[in-house]
Amino acid sequence: MALTLFDKLWADHEVAILEDNVSLLYIDRIFLHERTGSIALESLVADGRMVRNPEKVFCSMDHIVDTHVGRTDETLVPSGKQFIQSTRKASHAAGIKLFDINDPWQGIVHVISPELGIVQPGCTLICPDSHTCSQGALGALAWGVGSSEAEHAMATNTLVVKRPKNMRVNLVGQLPVGITAKDLVLHLIAQYGAAGGSGCAIEFAGEVVEALSIEARLTLCNMAVEFSAFTGLIAPDHKAFDYIQGKPYAPKGKQWEEAMVYWAGLYTDADAVFDKQITIDCSHLAPVVSWGTSPQHACSVLDKVPNMPTNIEAGDEASYLRAYEYMDLHPGQAIDSIVIDAAFIGSCTNSRITDLREAAAILVGRKVANGVKAICVPGSKAVKRMAEAEGLDKIFIQAGFDWREPGCSMCFFAGGENFGFRKRVISSTNRNFEGRQGPETRTHLASPITVAASAIAGRIADPREYLL
Amino acid sequence: MAAFVAHQGWVAPMDRSNVDTDAMMPKQYLKCIFKSGYGDWAFDDWRYLDAGDVDVDVSTRRKNPDFELNKTIYQGASILLSRENFGCGSSREHAVWGIRDMGFKVVIATSFADIFYNNCFNNGILALTLKPEQIERLFELSGDKAMSLTVNLQEKRVTLANGEFYSFELEENRRFKMLNGLDNVATTLLKKQAIQDFEKQHKQTHPYYFTPLR
Repeated sequence: MALTLFDKLWADHEVAILEDNVSLLYIDRIFLHERTGSIALESLVADGRMVRNPEKVFCSMDHIVDTHVGRTDETLVPSGKQFIQSTRKASHAAGIKLFDINDPWQGIVHVISPELGIVQPGCTLICPDSHTCSQGALGALAWGVGSSEAEHAMATNTLVVKRPKNMRVNLVGQLPVGITAKDLVLHLIAQYGAAGGSGCAIEFAGEVVEALSIEARLTLCNMAVEFSAFTGLIAPDHKAFDYIQGKPYAPKGKQWEEAMVYWAGLYTDADAVFDKQITIDCSHLAPVVSWGTSPQHACSVLDKVPNMPTNIEAGDEASYLRAYEYMDLHPGQAIDSIVIDAAFIGSCTNSRITDLREAAAILVGRKVANGVKAICVPGSKAVKRMAEAEGLDKIFIQAGFDWREPGCSMCFFAGGENFGFRKRVISSTNRNFEGRQGPETRTHLASPITVAASAIAGRIADPREYLL
Repeated sequence: MAAFVAHQGWVAPMDRSNVDTDAMMPKQYLKCIFKSGYGDWAFDDWRYLDAGDVDVDVSTRRKNPDFELNKTIYQGASILLSRENFGCGSSREHAVWGIRDMGFKVVIATSFADIFYNNCFNNGILALTLKPEQIERLFELSGDKAMSLTVNLQEKRVTLANGEFYSFELEENRRFKMLNGLDNVATTLLKKQAIQDFEKQHKQTHPYYFTPLR
C-alpha cells in the first residue's frame, strides 16, 4: 500500500491502536523550556512519578530569560528568576540535559534542537511549545503539546494521539528574488485562512521546497501551527542529511550508516493519497506582510489594506472590524505607507544564521530611520558566535540595531520587556495577536529582509528595493 | 480529575472566529507556577478597560461593558459557545486553566486548535464540536437572552430547553476517561508491557534514537 511520509512516521511509532484513528505513539525526544518545563517537571514529582528516560529529555532556558548582554537569572518578569531557578533545580534532579543561560549551546528550543542534531529524520519529538512543528522540516514527526501532555510523555515515553488527516501543500514554480520562506507561509495562510490546515499533518512539497535551504524549511514548518495544522513536515533529502551529519548529537560511524538506510525511505510513495491538497504557483509572489491581528490578515507589501471579503464566514466579520480598529488602519491604505515605531528580528521563526546574513546584506552601510527602535536577537549562542565571526554583529550595531543574547525575547515580550503602548512593530516573528508584543502593540509580521528594509525606511518597505 | 457524565448550564456566546490563547490568557499571567486561580484574568485585555497584572487587585479594575462575557445575562454561564478555530496559537495550558477557573465546564465550537483541544480534556473541560448550522442556531437562540443547555456525555447529546437536540462525536478513549474521571498517565501505564515491548523492538531497528544523548 502506498504511504505518505506522515503515514510511515506514524506507523513506525505506533505502540498500540486504542480505537479507530487514536493511537498510543512512542516519543523519541522531549524538549522543555523554563516557562512550561518547570510546571511539568514539578507536577510530575508532585504526582509521585519520575522521568522514565532522562537521556531522551532536554531543556533550554529561552522563554523567560533576559536577552541583554551580561544577563543573569534576573529578568523583568517579577517571578522570572523563580521559573529559571526552579527549572534548573528540577532538571538537575531529574537528570535531564539542560542548556542553561551560560551554556555555549543555549538558545531557542526550535533553533538549538536542529543545530545540535537532537531532532533527526524519522524520530518523534514533542515540546510544550506550539512551534515544535518547525522541526518537521528535517523529516521528523514533531508537534507541540501542553504541560500535562509533556508530563505524560516524560512519565511514559508515549502520548495518546488522535490521527490527523494527510494534507500536502505543493509549492511550485520558481521563487522570485527577494521572496523568502516567510513570505510563502504568510501567503498560504492569507489565501486559505488561519484554520486552513485544521486537523491535518501537512507535508510541504514541490520544487520550491526542494530548492529551499534547511533553515528556510524550518521557517516554513514553523508556521504550520498558524495554519492550525497538527504539524508540518518535509521529506528529508541530501540537504537534510548533510545538515545533520557531524552535529553533536547526530549518529556516528556504523549508526550513521544504519540511520541513512532508514532515512532514505522517508518520503511519500508515488501513489499515496492525501485527504487534501493545495498547489500554489510561487513564481509571481511579492513580499508579504500582515496588516491585522491574525496571520491570515496578510497581503503583498505592494497592496492596500484589504476590504472585508464579501463572502465572509460567520464570526470572521467581528474579527475583521476589530482588526481594523486595533491596528488603527482602514481599508484602502497603502501597506508601504504604514509608518513603524520598531523593528524586531528574532524568534524561532527567523533567527538563524541565514536570516541574519540576509538581513545584514540589506543593512550594510545603511542606518535605521530616526525614531525606530530596532532589535536583533540571534536564535542561539551558536548562531551568535557564527554571526560575530562573520562581522554581522557590527553591521547590525552600526545600522542602529541592538545586538542581544539568545532567547525568545520580543516575540511575546518574554523577559518582561515590550515595545510599548500602541507602538507599531514590524517583526520577523510568527504571531500578530492583540497585545502579543506589548500593551496594545501593533505587530506586522514579515521576513527578516522586509523587517530590515522597513527599519531603514521608517515605514513598511519592499525589501527588493534594497537588494543589490 | 472529577468524572463528567452530564452538565446543565447557561450559555455564554462569543461570536468570534480564531479566538487565540494569547487573548484567553495574556502573557503577564504566565509568570505564576501554580495551575489554578486564573479565572479573573481570562480574556483580560477584552474584559477590562484598564491594564492588569498579577499584583493588580481585579476588584479595582473597570470592566468593559461591550465584552460579551461581561453582560449581565451571561453571568454564571458554564457553557462557552464560539466559532471556528477556537484556542488557536500558543500551547499555554494557562488558557484552559483560565476558562475553567472562570466557571466553564463545556466549550462548544465549530472547530478547535489541536493543542488547546487536548489541554481541555487534560483539565476536565469537555470541548465539543457541532456542525456550523447547529452552531449558527445556538448563536441565534442565545443572542439576547439566557439560554440553558444540557450536555450529556453518556449519550453524546446536546439538548436545548425546547427539546431540540444535537448529537456530537467524540473519540471513545477521551469519552471513557472523562466519564470515569481517569488519570491519563495511570491509564497509559496499564499498557506498560506494550510500551516496553515496543521500545525493545524500536531500539533494535532504530538504535540511533537511543544512543545516550549527552
